[in-house]
Amino acid sequence: MVSIFIKEIRSFLSSLIAYIVVAVFLLAIGLFMWIYDDTNALDYGMASMDTLFMMAPWVFVFLISAITMRSFAEEKKTGTIEFITTKPITDTQIILGKFFAGLTLVLFALIPTLLYYFTIHQLGSPQGNIDTGGMWGSYIGLVLLGAGYVSIGLFASSLTDNQIVSFVLSAFLCFFTYSVLGQLSGLFPTGKLNYYTEWLGIDFHYQSISRGVVDTRDVIYFISLVAVFLGLTKLSFSRRKW
Amino acid sequence: MSIEVEGLAKKYGDQWAVDHVSFDVPAGQVVGFLGPNGAGKSTTMKMLTGYISPTQGSAKVCGISVTDDSLSVRKQVGYLPESNPLYYDMYVKEYLRFVARLYDLGKQTKSRVSEMIELTGLQLEQHKKIGALSKGYKQRVGMAQALMNNPKVLILDEPTSGLDPNQITEIRKLITNIGRERTVMLSTHIMQEVEAMCSRVLIINRGKLVADDSISNLQRQHGNKQSLQVKFKNGVDITHIKAIEGVIDVDDLGGYRYRIDAKTDLNLQEKLFNFAVETSNVLLEQKEVEQSLESVFKSLTRNG
Repeated sequence: MVSIFIKEIRSFLSSLIAYIVVAVFLLAIGLFMWIYDDTNALDYGMASMDTLFMMAPWVFVFLISAITMRSFAEEKKTGTIEFITTKPITDTQIILGKFFAGLTLVLFALIPTLLYYFTIHQLGSPQGNIDTGGMWGSYIGLVLLGAGYVSIGLFASSLTDNQIVSFVLSAFLCFFTYSVLGQLSGLFPTGKLNYYTEWLGIDFHYQSISRGVVDTRDVIYFISLVAVFLGLTKLSFSRRKW
Repeated sequence: MSIEVEGLAKKYGDQWAVDHVSFDVPAGQVVGFLGPNGAGKSTTMKMLTGYISPTQGSAKVCGISVTDDSLSVRKQVGYLPESNPLYYDMYVKEYLRFVARLYDLGKQTKSRVSEMIELTGLQLEQHKKIGALSKGYKQRVGMAQALMNNPKVLILDEPTSGLDPNQITEIRKLITNIGRERTVMLSTHIMQEVEAMCSRVLIINRGKLVADDSISNLQRQHGNKQSLQVKFKNGVDITHIKAIEGVIDVDDLGGYRYRIDAKTDLNLQEKLFNFAVETSNVLLEQKEVEQSLESVFKSLTRNG
């Protein structure tokens, strides 16, 4: 697993993917956070980082799909999948190596945004008037959401040997689990169906963690989400054998 | 036995890509795996290396079942897949280190990598990107990768395809060298390659094993006919030559040249001369054609 992890990280770095992903993420979030009229923190009147935590899931839909789109699709296209799967390493190790490499890249995109926290902390009136608990909760939520997206992206990539198909599919699946499920729950005005449809969506749990309370139920939800999609990836990956 | 294959079969849709094939390869043998394109060579090799699972039958490599304990088999086997897939954006040395890590070589990693670089003659190329290498050097990287774990069994799927004659000679030399103390199974459709490197041939056609013998035996068994290449001054009706008793087959090669296969006990030269006189034609050329492995291959896989 470690060997795959190192190889993936190196390939992110050498193919410029890592730099572009981190730069675009910071640029996009930076624009919303500090420049845009409607969303910038300076005019908002409140010392909060809501803009970051509101926009990041949307930016991630595209960026994480871009990170993961090649993971299996490219190996299938170039045939290296045959090389890697005939080495003494299990499918699970390959998938986990790629998963953690993707997640690491997401973390590296998030780390520089800690600077925003420092900035807003300084700008608060009185100084330091910011909901630190909520902020950490949101960061944990964002990392868990990122992990979910990475697993979804890996699954999408394992379905095809075409990177564009993989990207579009992954972006849609992330968008669907993040937002559409919550909206769909509106179809059922009342009752359990309404609740559980919304409960299935990422946003429900992301919002809950963002309040600053890390509820084990939400954490378990995210871990299950990752497990389900990595499991599906393994299934789809082992299809080659049949 | 290094490789034991028993009734191995793979079904794609309702077609048997490999149709219940059985053979054994003892340790230290270099075996050529021949067959026309699509005959099932690659599929068989993919099953041996654990890339795909067999539909039926079993295969053992170094006594370990490829279906029950694929991981242990993969540790013993070196495999060069068809068309030699590599990570083009990696550097040669970086790639080989990655391979060494996959085999979990630990402290040996460094020494093993430089050993491989030396063995395959990649010293000057080790700091280049794989994508920037010529096809011959890429093939060497593929060989280095397959040899990293010092495998007892080496499975090479068309190791020389797409190379120029010089590169082919080099790769062949390399294979002959490393084949001295290893079991090697290599697929190819170049006959000279088999004659140069292998002590035994397996020929597969439409998923079925049609021959499994040493090269000399094969030539003897299927060499029970003589072949002549002749040239007449004027065109002849093939059916008339075929009518001569003992003639098996006639091929029109164009330009009034014909290739004639006949039974060995027939005095073909004389018969053809008489035939020419009777039809007031002139026989300009007669040449004996040797039964090569190539013609054995052709006769065994004709319907393919």
